[in-house]
Amino acid sequence: MDVEILSRIQFAFTVMFHYLYPPLSIGLGVILVIMEAMWLKTGLPKYHNMARYWTRVFGLTFAIGVATGIVLEFEFGTNWAAYSRFVGDIFGSALAAEGIFAFFLESGFLAILLFGWNKVGPKLHFFATCMVCLGAHFSAVWIIIANSWMQTPAGYHIEYKGEIMPAGFVPNADQILHSRAVIDDFWAMIFNPSSMDRLAHTVVGCWQAGAFLVISISAFYLLRGRHTEFAKSSLKIALVFAAIASLLQLATGAKSADGVTKNQPAKLAAMEGLFETQANAPMFIGGWVDMEKQEVVGLQIPGMLSFLVGGSTNTVVTGLDAFPKEDWPPVQAVFQFYHIMIAIGMALIGIAWLGMLLWWRGLLFDASNPLVRLYYWILVFSVLGPQIANQTGWFTAEMGRQPWIVYGLMRTSQGLSEVVTANQVLASLIMFTFIYSLLFAVFLYLLTRKIQRGPDDEEESEAMPASWVALMERRKGQASAAG
Amino acid sequence: MHAMELNTVWFILVGVLFTGYAMLDGFDLGVGALHLFVKKDEDRRTFLNAIGPVWDGNEVWLVTGGGALFAAFPMVYATVFSGFYLAFMALLCALIFRAVAIEFRSKESWGWWRQMWDIGFSLGSIGSSFLIGVAMGNILQGIELDERGNYIGGFMALLNPYAILLGFTTITLFAMHGSIYLVMKTEGELQARLKRWVNRTIGIFLFFYIILNVATLVYAPHILEILRARPWLLAVFALNVLVVMNIPRQNHKGNEFAAFLSSCGAMILLMTLFGMTVYPNMVLSMPNPENSLNIYNAASTEKTHWIMFIIALLGVPIVLAYTASIYYIFRGKVKLTEHSY
Repeated sequence: MDVEILSRIQFAFTVMFHYLYPPLSIGLGVILVIMEAMWLKTGLPKYHNMARYWTRVFGLTFAIGVATGIVLEFEFGTNWAAYSRFVGDIFGSALAAEGIFAFFLESGFLAILLFGWNKVGPKLHFFATCMVCLGAHFSAVWIIIANSWMQTPAGYHIEYKGEIMPAGFVPNADQILHSRAVIDDFWAMIFNPSSMDRLAHTVVGCWQAGAFLVISISAFYLLRGRHTEFAKSSLKIALVFAAIASLLQLATGAKSADGVTKNQPAKLAAMEGLFETQANAPMFIGGWVDMEKQEVVGLQIPGMLSFLVGGSTNTVVTGLDAFPKEDWPPVQAVFQFYHIMIAIGMALIGIAWLGMLLWWRGLLFDASNPLVRLYYWILVFSVLGPQIANQTGWFTAEMGRQPWIVYGLMRTSQGLSEVVTANQVLASLIMFTFIYSLLFAVFLYLLTRKIQRGPDDEEESEAMPASWVALMERRKGQASAAG
Repeated sequence: MHAMELNTVWFILVGVLFTGYAMLDGFDLGVGALHLFVKKDEDRRTFLNAIGPVWDGNEVWLVTGGGALFAAFPMVYATVFSGFYLAFMALLCALIFRAVAIEFRSKESWGWWRQMWDIGFSLGSIGSSFLIGVAMGNILQGIELDERGNYIGGFMALLNPYAILLGFTTITLFAMHGSIYLVMKTEGELQARLKRWVNRTIGIFLFFYIILNVATLVYAPHILEILRARPWLLAVFALNVLVVMNIPRQNHKGNEFAAFLSSCGAMILLMTLFGMTVYPNMVLSMPNPENSLNIYNAASTEKTHWIMFIIALLGVPIVLAYTASIYYIFRGKVKLTEHSY
């Protein structure tokens, strides 16, 4: 294998592994804020126990997220040096901003979140939880801006051998190593055509990941009849969050697809398996791309794609035939990953709203009903849904951008480090495979242990300093007086 | 501000971030280097919990430093990271083991489990310190660059005697810093033992430091010329030695915090010395000095430097304020509780 494919495999592998964790931090972060807010408001020990328990789960995912995140920041330079030189003037500032505005906030206040329970008062602890959650969201903001600039570059011009080139200039293979993108307009870079749509879509996907993790573990306790009160309260909070997020995800996804249609038509054509530019373009529910015959065999809704793109079945949708074949993304992969993501997204809406329906009908906590138990089992496995959808969504976005590393400007093959050899990348790839397999096994083991051990029982609150207990008693007094 | 000055400002700011990293994560790595020298589980837990709440915030200085280097001097970032490929991959491996070992170690009470992560923590810390030192040694000595700034010397050339010596010096420096930090965070018998360690770690560091300075004159003769042009560097050097000597004095008087501050001062002075020696070069090319990367030919545009400068002005004071508050909240001796590692 050559250095390009190895470098791509390594980056894909390390970023995929990393991306199991930040969505959990972002989603769980919001849930921790909600739980602690409810605790502060009601003074009920059960919310304290919930916050404590989910904080422990949060701590575990956060540690691996940090450890695997540094790898990615290094990899731009180690494996993609030509890319780094080309985009440094633009891409680097987003990464640096992420460090200053997000990582410091997150990791600093995490200390209080994890270890501050008896060092600070409840309000300051709540503030720290909010800051950790905010920091996690900020990091999403900056990294999505940076990635979106690679999808839809804006606010820059190209400099070739120190000379400013006219707008629309695309360096050729000989020029690319002497060219760089330099910034014109910071705000145009930040608000590039896809950044806000993709940010919304990504963050909501993270919320789903956190919500369904809590849902899954809570459903497991309900099935086992353990920690029932804890599980009910956790499930309620997470289910509402999941129901809202899943619907929102439909909206942000539609908005994102709309942007792809405008800004990256080749990606859209690959997502939908549309070879021929046409009116009355069909939308596929699922299928198989026949690359020989250049057609998709599967279940389709005629005219639907045209309708979604332009509001009418007469709308002409650009197909892959509008692009030279060397500019096509890998069609089969993009098509399949995109459709898996859509199918899971729809299923998550169904699962979450079925739960709301059961709750409304008073059936949600009827653990003796076999159908409800079946539903709990679905919930236990639902945690995989957002994870797979998040991953396949990113495959769609990143593979759909190929063969470009910066869309329309620089090819992935041009971004490699010139001095790194295939053997070196192979060595590091083997190293990462080994370390990450070990980490993943230990992570699963420790998570299972945490789940088996469970939260501390509802009635006896975890050791709280006297000042906290007093404050909580006052709160309870106020709440009952008000009630 | 003049564009030329802005390049210098960014050289200093990137330097400040890496100095912050050395000063803060330096003691974490040092604690790791000393970790296996205590045998009792309780003592090892005390070590881990001394850095428990702060180590990952400290590591962020490296992440942000890397980001700032990427943004302000992309050519340096690309050259160093791709040129030191295997070394940086090993560094990543070491940092990952260090991080997860802290998190995982105390989750189970089995002897082999704790021993395994203890070794992971310690080797990860020692390995990280060593590789950071090796990288700095190569920068100081100069590496072979082509006309586009690519490193063409090969992996083995990075493992030269001078770089390896700087690698070992860095381990001893961080171990000294870590032992001083631990004195501040411990009490009783363990603290008394650590106080004796401090005197030893200082001795070992000074031994390596002196050899390093002699070796510099042999292996990096161009630094002699720089010294001739900038004789006041010797004053920084002298001040540095004095600050190190102050540490046992403060410890003897029982001023643990002053001793730690003194050690931090030593780290700052060392990094200042490093920065002032290489400035305005960032990666010196040897044997073709005309291919060197400096703060001008390796820089981003003036516009990006301005944008980043504003981001730093907005962000850094806030970061410093809450970082200081968090250190203040977690001041004092380590108390092991159920939430501890």
